[in-house]
This record gives sequence, structure tokens and C-alpha cells, in this order.
Amino acid sequence: MTTGLPKGLLTAALLSTTLLGGAAWAQDVTLTIESWRNDDLTIWQDKIIPAFEAQNPGIKVVFAPSAPAEYNAVLNSKLDAGSAGDLITCRPFDASLELYNKGKLADLSGLGAMANFSPVAKSAWQTDDGKATFCVPMASVIHGFIYNKDAFDALGIAVPATEAEFFAALEKIKADGTYIPMAMGTNDQWEAATMGYQNIGPNYWKGEEGRLALIAGTQKLTDPQWVAPFTQLAKWKDYLGDGFEAQTYPDSQNLFTLGRAAIYPAGSWEISGFNTNAAFKMGAFPPPVVNAGDTCYISDHTDIALGLNAASPNAEAGKKFLEWVGSPEFATLYANALPGFFSLNATPVKMEDPLAQEFVSWRDKCKSTIRSTYQILSRGTPNLENETWNASAAVIKGTETPEAAAARLQAGLASWYAPQQ
Amino acid sequence: MGTDVAQRRPIRWHIGVFLAPAVLVYTALMILPLAATLNLSLFNVTEARETVFVGLANFRRLFGDPLWSEAFWNALANNAWFFLIHMIVQNPIGVLLAALLSSPRLRGAAFYRTAIFIPTILSFVIVGFVWKLILSPIWGIAPGMLDAVGLKALFVPWLGKEQYALTALALVSVWQFVGIPMMLIYAALLSIPDEVLEAAEMDGITGASQFWKIKLPLILPSIGIISILTFVGNFNAFDLIYVAQGALAGPDFATDILGTFLYRTFFGFQLQLGDPHMGATIATAMFGVILLGVCIYLFGVQTRLRRYQF
Repeated sequence: MTTGLPKGLLTAALLSTTLLGGAAWAQDVTLTIESWRNDDLTIWQDKIIPAFEAQNPGIKVVFAPSAPAEYNAVLNSKLDAGSAGDLITCRPFDASLELYNKGKLADLSGLGAMANFSPVAKSAWQTDDGKATFCVPMASVIHGFIYNKDAFDALGIAVPATEAEFFAALEKIKADGTYIPMAMGTNDQWEAATMGYQNIGPNYWKGEEGRLALIAGTQKLTDPQWVAPFTQLAKWKDYLGDGFEAQTYPDSQNLFTLGRAAIYPAGSWEISGFNTNAAFKMGAFPPPVVNAGDTCYISDHTDIALGLNAASPNAEAGKKFLEWVGSPEFATLYANALPGFFSLNATPVKMEDPLAQEFVSWRDKCKSTIRSTYQILSRGTPNLENETWNASAAVIKGTETPEAAAARLQAGLASWYAPQQ
Repeated sequence: MGTDVAQRRPIRWHIGVFLAPAVLVYTALMILPLAATLNLSLFNVTEARETVFVGLANFRRLFGDPLWSEAFWNALANNAWFFLIHMIVQNPIGVLLAALLSSPRLRGAAFYRTAIFIPTILSFVIVGFVWKLILSPIWGIAPGMLDAVGLKALFVPWLGKEQYALTALALVSVWQFVGIPMMLIYAALLSIPDEVLEAAEMDGITGASQFWKIKLPLILPSIGIISILTFVGNFNAFDLIYVAQGALAGPDFATDILGTFLYRTFFGFQLQLGDPHMGATIATAMFGVILLGVCIYLFGVQTRLRRYQF
């Protein structure tokens, strides 16, 4: 309650300036942004919006987020009622595609800034045929492994680059006994799939090549390149902590930041949290390749974008803002304010955070792909993404063989997806 | 029934007036939603996003399509096990505690009664979270306590193992709800007239045999009611599993009960979009299961229970 009064005053002050501003500039337009990123409210208000408003007098921008879990439902009802904001933060793939198909999101293919993005970056917000793009990509998250540098130094372990080196390092940490080799549990299931399968998998199915072949139906989940990640995961079991079957996601995060585990299979969104909580030096390495010198592939998963409400009366100003969101300037602002959420812009962005720099440097030496189950393949029942969670957890625990898990996923996918039948 | 009412008497308006509030509220809150759910299960959406009447096709899919029927039977079997644990652990312990509490020589009965009943009023969220912490292999006190008595080898990450997770959660639920049968039986025991017990004592029936021969037959109707409440409660259960294991009811659906299966289908989960029609189909099947169970009890068991009037 102590903050109630100043906040009220601030709102009043903001309102009165808006009113005054409105009186002074007759053509002023106000753009409202719908978003689920309420964690980022201050970053938008203090850094991003002022930068845009300074260059574009006459356009005011308001960032109006709702709670992440409610966002999809709230947005849908607002769009149906015609009360949604001008700019819509887009979830990747089907949730946004559904909105575009219903005519709620405008087609942005003609935007000049779209040239700043690679086809992979745009794929999450395109129609299946790739003809229309309806959101400007903002950021992605990259998978890899974060490690305890102090632990690696103390044990004399070099950063592993190949599969063999990776398991040798785990074996060494285990033999020493000071640290749990790897912090991961199977209780919440999604870690096994997201930080396990989708993290190391692209090296085996060759990133986009395999992912697109799966969608086209020319590869199957039972092919060796899709079974191999499961075979690898099955070997992880020996290097996880005691009772990993009941270990949850926050358990794993705490085990690592408390310095009890040496390696953490990660997504780059962990960076800011780990920076705050860990008292030791950290480093990161990309998923190890099979043989030294192989091309490496990373999961650089498109996660967040910005689109235009098709019913917005301020479409011109909205497009102006979206052009700016697609610019290198926005990319630099955003990526530095939120380390771990990487710009999808083709222009390299200079970032301050060393761990974030390490993650993003893999884009130069490795080929990027997105999570294999997200586009198209998780539309039906059974849901491939959810099944992959279950299968990855079962394989790590050793309750299902890699071959059986792959066969089960393939059978589930083939039951509803025509190209796989 | 109609023949009695048909006799010529002034219309008794007051009956309708007094019944109306309850009937209206019950209809609006229970009967209409139930009918709407049954109705929803008879429709589905076509490729062209049109809602069409499909008759029993959803049920054919639920029971005929192996992908659906395996999940359904798994959930039903898990639910049955969940119920069985309650019947063989919760209710006997409840009766035992009530018998101990009603003993006139027990000191501090009010304290025990309250202490045992308190978990019942706790939120599922708290119970699920606290037990998850207690049983956690990393931070939990369970491994430490077992270690202290030299039984560390017995510790297993129970919630993460397919073969133990459901039983562990059922026992957590028993811990939470054992207060309810205890209170109901306790009340039933207190309502047994002293004359009956005194007469028993005159005949030389005391102690344990008094419990088995006099008290237990007198509280059997209460035990019947508790059983049916447990049955309905267990087959509608959802919260504890959802809080402890999430909507995917891991490990590998070992703790998936009808409630979590319904939730996942109806509201969707992660990339899986919600399917209200199949969800309603599962809800209808759950309704059928519970209805069947209640009918078996009402017609098969309750009519045979002997009641004693004092």
C-alpha cells in the first residue's frame, strides 16, 4: 500500500501530460502494445519506448502487458470484442497463425524491415506456405550447456567439443565426487525434452534439413538421426543427481546456482537468473558434435514477435513502430536489456553480458534451427510436443528404450499427420 | 406416486414456494451445466470450423481409438487404485481414531481431534507443495530421517518412480482427509445411547468385544456413507495430482486420473490446443462411472444395511 499514492500520482501526471500533449499536437496517435511479458514493463517504459518517441514526435506508445498464463485467453476475447491494442505480441506458431487465419492480425509481408530477418527467424510467424508473414520477429532463445567454470578449472577439465569429450568430462566429474556431474531432473518432463532432446538433437538430424524433411514426410522419427538423440539421453542417467526422477526444474536450477552441480543443460533465458544467483564463474558450450570438425547445429528457437491488430485505426503509425522494431537499433536495445533473449535481426548485435555473448557467438560457427516439434507437427492428437516430453523423460530414466520411444512418437504422429502416413 | 396427489384437496402452494429457491439454484448451478456438458459431448468441430452434431461418435473415439481408450482405461485404473488405497487405509484408520477418541479415559481428546482434522482444511496447493518438499531427494527431510534410523537404503524418489508415485500421492491424500471419516464416525459413536452400552456391560461385553459386537454394527450406516463420499470424492479428484505432478501427471502418466485426463483434454496443455468436445465426452464418461458406483451402493448396499432406532 505504501506505493499506492506515488503510483496514483504518477498515473495522474502521465494522464495529464497525455491530455496536454493531445491538445498541443492535434495529430498525436497513441499505440497500445498487448504483451505477456509483464516482467519487462520497466524496460519498455524506461528504455525502449522513450528511444522510439524521441525519433517519432506525434506517436505515443503504451506498453500494456497481462499475466503470461492468461495472455492468450485475454487477447482472444479483447480481439473478439474489438478492444485490443494496436500492436500484438505474438506467440510462436499455431497460436498466432490461428489469429492471422481469423483475420485478427494484419499481413506484414510488405514491411521493409522484414528484409532484416532470415527465413528461419520468420518461420514462426508465417503461413504454412511461407507466403505471408504477420509478425516482426523480436527474439529467440538458444540452447546449450552452462558449466561451473571453477569446477572445470579445479578438476582440470577442458570444455568438451565432441560427444566423447563430453562423456569423458562427465565421467571425470563423477569419479571426483565433489560435484553432481549434471543438474537435470525428469519430474517436470519438459526439461528432458526441451533441454535434453531439443538441445542436443539438431546435431544429429542436421537442424533445418531434418526438421523440414520430417514435416515433408521424407524422414521418420524412427530414422537413425532421430533415434540418436534418445540414445545419447539414455546415457545421461548415470550422471544425474540421486533421485533425479523426483527432481523438479527449480531443484535443478538451485543445484547448479548453489555450486553443487557442474553442468547444466540450459536455455539462454536462464542467463539473467543465474547471473544474480551464482557466486562462481560460469561458461557455456554448444551441444557437442559426434566427431571433431563436424558442422554444429544449435536450437535457436524463435520465441517472441510483434504484430499489428488488423482492426487498428492507427495502422500507419503501427507500421512505423514495427519498422523500428525490425531495425538494428531496437535489436541492440532489447538484447542488452534482456540478456538471454537474442535478437533475430540479421545484423549482429553487440552485447555486454559475457555469457550471452558466448551463446550468441555460436550463431557464427553453427547452423541455427528451431525446435523440431513446434511447427505444424503439434497440431493434432496425440500432441507430438507433449509426447516428446514423456518419451524423453522415460528414455532418461531407462523405462523405455530409445527405439521404442521413437517408434511410439512415430506411430502417434502418423495417426493424424498425412505426410507421415 | 401420482395417485396420492390426485385427490381433491386445496392446492398446496407453499410446497412449491418453499422448494423453489433450492430447485432454482440447484438447476442453475448443477443441472444446467451437467446437461450442457452432456450436450457438448454430442458435437464436434469439422475441418471447416463448423460445429456439427455427431451423435455418439466422440464416445466411439474415446473407447474405440486405442490412443484415447488406452489413456482412458489407464486413468480409470489409476483412479480405482487411488480409491482402493483410501478404502483400505483412510477409512479403517478413521474408524480406529474415532474409537480411540471416544474412549472416556483419553486425555487431551480435543487436542488430538483438532490436530488430526486440521490438514483437511488446508489447501491442496499447500499439501501438495509441502509433501513434495518432504519427499524431495535433494532438500527433503524424508531421506535425512530415514538415514537417522539407519534405513537410508529404503529411500526412493517415490514421486518420480512409476511404480510408487500414485500410491505415495494416495497416501498423502489419506493423510490430508483422514479427519473426515474420523469426525463422522466419532459423531456416530457419541450418538450411541449409554443405555445400550450399559446393557452390554451388564451382559459382560466390554472393551474390544463391545466395539466389535455393539458399536460397529451401530455405526455401519455411517461407514457406508463415508465409503460413498470417498468414492465420489476420489473419482472427481484432480487438485492434488495437478499440484504435485502437473497436468501431464508424470512419471509417464502413472498418476494420471480421470480429473487430470479431463483437464488436459478440455483446456489443452502447452502446444496441445484445448478440445472442449472430447473433454465433455470424458466428463460424461466420468459422470457415468460415478453414477454407476453410487447406484450400486444405493440399491445394492444401502437397502441391506440394518438400522436401529433408539
